[in-house]
Amino acid sequence: MKELSLNILDIAENSVKAKASLTEISIEETDEKLTLTFTDNGTGMTEETLKTVTDPFYTTRTTRKVGMGLPLLKLEAEMTGGGVNVTSTHISEDSINHGTVVSAVFYKNHIDFTPLGDVIETVATLIQGHPDTDFLFVHKINEKEIRLDTRELREVLEGIPLNTYEVIKWIKEFLKEQYIN
Amino acid sequence: MKSLAELQAIKDKMKNKVVLREGNNELRVVVGMATCGIAAGARPVLNTIVEAVNEGGLADKVTVSQTGCIGLCQFEPIVEIHEAGKEKVTYVKVDTDKAKRIIEEHIKGGKVIAEFTLSDLK
Repeated sequence: MKELSLNILDIAENSVKAKASLTEISIEETDEKLTLTFTDNGTGMTEETLKTVTDPFYTTRTTRKVGMGLPLLKLEAEMTGGGVNVTSTHISEDSINHGTVVSAVFYKNHIDFTPLGDVIETVATLIQGHPDTDFLFVHKINEKEIRLDTRELREVLEGIPLNTYEVIKWIKEFLKEQYIN
Repeated sequence: MKSLAELQAIKDKMKNKVVLREGNNELRVVVGMATCGIAAGARPVLNTIVEAVNEGGLADKVTVSQTGCIGLCQFEPIVEIHEAGKEKVTYVKVDTDKAKRIIEEHIKGGKVIAEFTLSDLK
């Protein structure tokens, strides 16, 4: 992918597809390292499925037999000297605490590190496409923290859809200001 | 600084409008947003369409939504136009410039841009 924020969009879509009502996207950055963590409360995966998720010849989709999302993230992380770790609890094993955690580590000073790019567009795109599920976005850059929790916005909006254009515009500005200040 | 109070004001303003919009979706624009679409540039295409529809005052009759892999990955980004009573139109290899033209000529003007469609692609 051209920017890491596009991988974030792609991987977060998996959580929504797994029927997560809440998907947490965390980016933690230091000068050398970038750690991405996706935590969802979706249906999760069985141990058998989990073994194959980073294999490009495994996919849940039915249109063709190759899935590239996680393998791509893994490849891109490994190219910088980092890696990807996936843990999951399937709904059949634990009917309450189920879900998946995907974490990826990137080393920023490596020549093959892809810049993060436009994270705000990624968050806005996710909310635009999935207004009925919640996202918690936290981006820590050294001491600074940028944060958006759609559950808080939903409370204020009282039934007005999160993907209302004016709301999406507000979300973009809200995030932009946090990055600048 | 953007505040939740400002969001509250948006809510109050939108409350009346939402009622009008319901059941008024004559036209649906669908953008493929699976790995293939995203890698090919679907995110800016989607955002261009969302912006053009809303800034152009088309939001009352046009819904913009996202979908997964359509199975034509080599032709991504793909934009489909679904209109009641008409055959679906599939635009392929869409970029932000093509997206703007699709809104202007097809959505506003009612004319299919044949050269951007799948059937016309060499």
